[in-house]
Amino acid sequence: MTYIQLSYGDLILPALLVVMDGVLSLVLRLKLEKQLAIATVRMVVQLLLVGYVLTFLFAAVSPIWTALAAFIMVLFASREIVARQKRRLTGVWKYGLGATCTLLAAGTVTMFALLTELRPDPWYHPRYALPLLGMMLGNTMTGISLGLDVLTNSLVRERAAVEACLALGGTRHQALLPIIRDALRSGFMPIMNSMAAIGLVSLPGMMTGQILAGVEPVDAVKYQLLIMFLIAGGTGLGTLAAVLGSAHLLTDHRHRLRLDRISADGSG
Amino acid sequence: MLTVSRLKRLHISVSFDLQDGECVALQGPSGVGKTLLLRSIADLDPNEGAVKLDGTPREAVPAPAWRKRVTYLAAEPGWWSDIVQEHFTAWDDALPLVMRLGLPDDCGPWPVQRLSTGERQRLGLVRGLMLRSRVLLLDEPTSALDSVSAAAVEALIAERVADGTSVIWSTHDDAQARRVGSRIFAMSPDGNIKESLP
Repeated sequence: MTYIQLSYGDLILPALLVVMDGVLSLVLRLKLEKQLAIATVRMVVQLLLVGYVLTFLFAAVSPIWTALAAFIMVLFASREIVARQKRRLTGVWKYGLGATCTLLAAGTVTMFALLTELRPDPWYHPRYALPLLGMMLGNTMTGISLGLDVLTNSLVRERAAVEACLALGGTRHQALLPIIRDALRSGFMPIMNSMAAIGLVSLPGMMTGQILAGVEPVDAVKYQLLIMFLIAGGTGLGTLAAVLGSAHLLTDHRHRLRLDRISADGSG
Repeated sequence: MLTVSRLKRLHISVSFDLQDGECVALQGPSGVGKTLLLRSIADLDPNEGAVKLDGTPREAVPAPAWRKRVTYLAAEPGWWSDIVQEHFTAWDDALPLVMRLGLPDDCGPWPVQRLSTGERQRLGLVRGLMLRSRVLLLDEPTSALDSVSAAAVEALIAERVADGTSVIWSTHDDAQARRVGSRIFAMSPDGNIKESLP
């Protein structure tokens, strides 16, 4: 396996392309230059940091450091889920639900892959565990936040229909079922779309990376298939847990719809 | 008999008894809390106080079973499916009531979107009446109806009352309150009710 190594100097020329974008923004008065500069600097700093952190972790191969890194990744994922919601839960579940569900879904499928398919030695080797977890988190997060968004928005919009069913003696499960179905459907949609388009429209980044690193295309494809299956499973699990959990939290033991447990537009 | 004692929800605080086969009219300016009171009795919102049906506290039965006996019908009924008859467990059994309230007998397969506001209100009422609840909590049940349809609704509810159903009927129409109610509850902005006879 051979690959062409890059030096930092090799990055200067490509970086000029971003400068070109900035000039374009100035000339056309798009007012994007400041945002562009911040985003570029953030990207460079974040990636360099991750590079050094991973180098440290790969050298250490310590279960505690790996677990800590995984924990921080889950925290950022749950923060991202909350940031994508127009209407959020109040109280501890605001972050708790997203964190629990991403951890449950991404954690389960990552462990599954590590223990049954990849079997690195030791099984928690960060070279395998962290990239896998990262990809699982990124994708389950999308499914979970979409599912939650559809659920809460539909509950607010369809309040009269849900309460009509409850008032006529329906259980909270019966009353929420149509909306739960919609929310699950929305959560599953992105992964199904990307499965259908993969290879034809898009070459996944991980596979491209492996090919650039000298892996045989067919071997890279096998890895990508594994990842896609894991993502599909993780998204299913995570979206299901998040939507059902949220539906449970937004109703109570007397089968009432509790929209007072939603805080709108990021306040509170 | 429905017994409501020290029911509290936001500013509302009321106690009263409702006999079997009795219809009480609930009146008061808009925003005074009539809907809140009716919803609280049906346990659709969190509230405090004791509400009993024939001595059985509502906490003793599952909430869905309570609401099948003590049923709240909103002024603007909600629809959880696109098709009219999918809201009924037995559409054929509901047909006589549907026709009695002046609705077309072929409206079962119609999309709900096609119905007028008044048609929706009457269908919502029929949907609720099919439960044969012990207590009906009617929230302005004729607010969108012309006088002919409103009279049909009043006659239908009067039959149920004669059969022993208890009714709380919220209305802005003073004449209707005197027609349907054997007692009138006037709700004031401080959340109390004052009882009077029509």
